[in-house]
Amino acid sequence: MALPKYTEPHYRIWHYVYLFICGCVFFFLIAPLFVIFPLSFNAEEFLVFSDGMKRLDPDAFSLRWYKDMIYGTKNPWGAAAKNSFIIAVFATIGSIILGTVAALGLSSRHMPYKGLIMATLISPMIVPLIISGVAIFFFIAKVGLAATHLGIIIAHIILGTPFVVITVTATLSGFDHSVTRAAASLGSNPVNTFLKITLPLILPGVISGGLFAFVTSFDEVVVVLFLAGLETTTIPIQMWTGLREQLSPTILAVATCLIILSVLILVTAELLRRRSERLRGINR
Amino acid sequence: MSSETQKILTTDGIPLEVSLKKAEKKNKIKAFLLVCPLLFFIIITYIFPIGEMFSRSIDDRMVTNMLPKTFKAMETWDGKELPPEEVFASFLADYRVLAEKKEHGKLGQRLNKEKNGFTTILKKLWRKMKKFEDGNAKEQIMAVHKRFRDVEYWRAIKRTAPPYTAAKYLKGMDMYFDEDGKIVQVEEDRRIHRILWLRTLEVAFFVTVFCFLMGYPIAHLLATLPMKYSNLLMICVLLPFWTSLLVRTASWMILLQQQGIVNDFFVWIGLVSDDNRPEMMFNKTGTYVAMTQILLPFMVLPLYSVMKTISPSLMRAGKSLGGTPFIAFWKIYFPLTIPGIGAGCLLVFILAIGYYITPALVGGASGTLISNQIAYHMKATLDWSFASAMGLMLLTGVLVVYWIYNKLVGIDNIKLG
Repeated sequence: MALPKYTEPHYRIWHYVYLFICGCVFFFLIAPLFVIFPLSFNAEEFLVFSDGMKRLDPDAFSLRWYKDMIYGTKNPWGAAAKNSFIIAVFATIGSIILGTVAALGLSSRHMPYKGLIMATLISPMIVPLIISGVAIFFFIAKVGLAATHLGIIIAHIILGTPFVVITVTATLSGFDHSVTRAAASLGSNPVNTFLKITLPLILPGVISGGLFAFVTSFDEVVVVLFLAGLETTTIPIQMWTGLREQLSPTILAVATCLIILSVLILVTAELLRRRSERLRGINR
Repeated sequence: MSSETQKILTTDGIPLEVSLKKAEKKNKIKAFLLVCPLLFFIIITYIFPIGEMFSRSIDDRMVTNMLPKTFKAMETWDGKELPPEEVFASFLADYRVLAEKKEHGKLGQRLNKEKNGFTTILKKLWRKMKKFEDGNAKEQIMAVHKRFRDVEYWRAIKRTAPPYTAAKYLKGMDMYFDEDGKIVQVEEDRRIHRILWLRTLEVAFFVTVFCFLMGYPIAHLLATLPMKYSNLLMICVLLPFWTSLLVRTASWMILLQQQGIVNDFFVWIGLVSDDNRPEMMFNKTGTYVAMTQILLPFMVLPLYSVMKTISPSLMRAGKSLGGTPFIAFWKIYFPLTIPGIGAGCLLVFILAIGYYITPALVGGASGTLISNQIAYHMKATLDWSFASAMGLMLLTGVLVVYWIYNKLVGIDNIKLG
């Protein structure tokens, strides 16, 4: 955004002030994440930069907290990671199936009461999490699934489906329905048409909705706090307990791993978004 | 020939109109069947439980179920003088049933909330009633304790008769029913909930304002920079967006601690002295700073997606027609971004008003919000009906915000990037 040559001086100054403000905001957004990296390699137990670290002394850095995370006594992280992955994977699958099928119905122009049904389906995203937590807890406790994996999976399907419904209906809004009619006229049955024609075209939307559902489940604390038992602690629960009780560098090691995971998810989501935009461009 | 006989027929002889309607209906059912699984899933697992929260929050059948005969006998009692023998006799009978089920203690606790002093006299009654003779219940009960001779206590029992109560909602607003059934406020120094509601609104409002002030410039920069730069900068917005909430809160806990980097920096530039480092965590400052950073992407993304659609030639046209850049911005660009501003502010405000994790970790006692109170009653005091009542009050607030937004901007204008 280069300034034209004829810009008056005070606008020029204002422009640089504006760029400086933007720089500060970007710094405010991203810098906190980078504090975690170096501190997780701290050789000492304190969560401040030691003098050795400031001098970049190699002895001040170590992998001991990563070792503690993997081999530590009692090692709660391994079990928590396993639980988190199991719950997130099944919740994502459930959300994708329920959400995609519902989105197909919702984007049909014959759908009655579209607005009302859409509002109902995405309500778990709109209602504050704490209220969802209380409501879902009442349901899960009533059917006797509290502190089980299945209970948490159901809770996360509830929270995850709105994302799938939204992304898939958005993808379907640019969808050319004549291709399914063409398939039908060539003798394909509806299931076959869906699997061979519709699904490949809306796949980017399905996957990015699934990613949202996965991250929601993987990062969710509020509802799990009500539902989890000793056998079903997840990574967020373990972090929550750790942050409340004592902030140990092991948590920072876990946090670093989570940041790397989110970088991977970000890259995937970004690639998918571009692919989907490209596909939609062809459709038009 | 009349027009009716001229109807267009399909090949099998059915009028086209009928045939079309039939097809339309079939399509409707097909679409509805696709939505059905998720719709019923959400209704059963989510919408009904929210309804259950409501019935729990107003439910007051405990005493009603414990003293069925007493309340039946009390129906004819006007409450002016001591109740007749019949009421005393039924009360004794009910209480004996409770004592057999070992539930008499619960009754005492519940009635004590209605009027102080019930626990003691009911315990005393429990000890003495074993030696009671048949008949003449009124005399014998009144002899147990002088409070049984006080009509106030019998009125208190009668007040618990209705199976529903709004008491939990009043408690959430620091009010209660006094002994005459009038709504009164609790003493000034015990109004904790009202402080929490106001603080929640205040924090949500200011976090929204801060997010707007910080998000608007960077969304504008992202939308006007050439693609290759803006994609790079977009990562600064998207990476925090995808990163775990707890990780971000943890990093703020490290930054804001007394020996933390922010304080180090303040000491270094000479803003504060080394031995007088300000406490920035476990108070409202911590809540504000951390929540603003965490919610900022939710402001930037909708703003960005709206700004991206505004053609730069509009601003150029404004300037070429003699407007200064500021006037061109204010009269042309800003009004066009209002849908984005509305969506961003709505999102941030709604998320902030129900925030739980960050205030609980960095807020301390003076930075906790209404959600923390709900969680506290769910997990610590186990007063689920009160937690439900507060949750529904919060939900009503959120729905009101949506309604206002819909009136002002229109809910369809929301763009989620």
